[in-house]
Amino acid sequence: MKEEIIIAGFGGQGVLSMGKIIAYSGIMQGMEVTWMPSYGPEMRGGTANVTVVLSSRRISSPIVSRCDTAIILNQQSMDKFESSVRSGGLLLYDPNGITKPPARKDITICKIEAAEEAAKTGNAKTYNMIVLGAYLKKRPVVQLENVIKGLKKSIPERHHKLIPANEQAIHRGMEAVR
Amino acid sequence: MDNNTILCKGNDVIALAAIRCGCDGYFGYPITPQSEIMEKLMEEKPWETTGMVVLQAESEVASINMLYGGAACGKKVMTSSSSPGVSLMCEGFSYLAGAELPCLIVNVVRGGPGLGTIQPAQSDYFQAVKGGGHGDYHFIVLAPASVQEMNDFVDMGFDLAFKYRNPVMILADGIVGQMMEKVTLSPPKPRWTDEEIIALSGSWATTGKPSGRRENIITSLAMDAAVAEKFNEKLQRKFNEIRRREVRLEKIKCDDAEYLLIAYGAMSRICEETVDNARAQGIRLGLLRPITLFPFPSEQIAAMTPQLKGILSVELSAGQMVEDVRLAVGDKTPVTHFGRLGGIVPAPDEVLAALKRTYLQNENE
Repeated sequence: MKEEIIIAGFGGQGVLSMGKIIAYSGIMQGMEVTWMPSYGPEMRGGTANVTVVLSSRRISSPIVSRCDTAIILNQQSMDKFESSVRSGGLLLYDPNGITKPPARKDITICKIEAAEEAAKTGNAKTYNMIVLGAYLKKRPVVQLENVIKGLKKSIPERHHKLIPANEQAIHRGMEAVR
Repeated sequence: MDNNTILCKGNDVIALAAIRCGCDGYFGYPITPQSEIMEKLMEEKPWETTGMVVLQAESEVASINMLYGGAACGKKVMTSSSSPGVSLMCEGFSYLAGAELPCLIVNVVRGGPGLGTIQPAQSDYFQAVKGGGHGDYHFIVLAPASVQEMNDFVDMGFDLAFKYRNPVMILADGIVGQMMEKVTLSPPKPRWTDEEIIALSGSWATTGKPSGRRENIITSLAMDAAVAEKFNEKLQRKFNEIRRREVRLEKIKCDDAEYLLIAYGAMSRICEETVDNARAQGIRLGLLRPITLFPFPSEQIAAMTPQLKGILSVELSAGQMVEDVRLAVGDKTPVTHFGRLGGIVPAPDEVLAALKRTYLQNENE
């Protein structure tokens, strides 16, 4: 089993930390993982992306030109990564702020209104966990119990009281994905 | 999963490995893409646990000379930087090598020349392997290709440094520095006590002169040409011993290979995938990954030439390591370079396309 994921959006949306939680969840499930961020003169509001590879075998390249799943959270990232999804792969996106929706016919395209759902919860910071829930619903590559274990590992202990809220956000994302 | 197995950035693990291997002091100055090393050390506060000193110096020039002072006392000391910062340290490198001082230097390479780019590159190969500073000297140069090796090479680097009384460089790149992987941390070792330092390095280090022996003098100065020549010959004997004993490499799918990729560090990871993709297309491709860049695995590469139709040396540079590959191979097998420049990293299929363009075009026609 091998899943190559690109997550791309604005800095501040939790793109890198979502990738880290997926990677930690993979480790909890006994998989090999790599997490490779774009790093540059980036800042809140600029673009950010991360490539996560989960595999049952040793991972060679942490950098991919094609991915199985692209999670796209702004238009700039759509322009850049829509074409990167392998034929038959998954493109998951938040339509909020997207002016040119994806048009490819050879991939599965799913929508998650994560900004809207996060607004409903009154906690905008759960945004990336709603997106994560949507992804896990469409691609159950890691089991939810391992995601919760991964969350515990990725979040500093002083913030562990927030884990139930994050878990609820994941469930919300699972229900809201279309 | 045990508690010592974590998901960690390459840069962060350098810091954790330094603390756990009993390092006495880190002296550095921040620069992307390796600033996390000092940040992690500051976060871990090892001065409260092991007593390790962590100091942000006023410049790279100061950092490297702090290494000189610490190493002269027989302490395990290290620094880290990225390409432009490493250039500033080069005078110190030569003095450390000339005074035969063990220490560890980490270069998380970015694109040059000049200030260049903060994106990953391998264009400091010549500087790391051929000198950087002046004079006839070499560092032992280790090239990690994974976060696990970033961990493992810290302890190994110090071992080699003290075994040969010579600086060791970990030549990483922005990819292994910035990426996160699963890593098993080494079991913690205590720092050396003063008694242990005297037992290990008391014959040369400035550990305090007891009565009954002459003072130990740390210097790279040898004004008398005859003395300087003798000293240089001794250094060269040391480098030859390192060449004989310390070559490390990894071979991947080389047994039946007709074509060979040679790549180190992050580039070797990308090439590993190229090998799988090529084999899926029926091309018998292998990968040889030098782990030590000095000493270079010249004999091991030369030994493979009878089975090979062509070698592609793949680097994030305009062609530096390829010169050592050519020296190893001579005219026995064609050698070609492929690389991307300025921080651009080629994808596995781009490497395969370069291999086909170079060696397989006629076969396809």
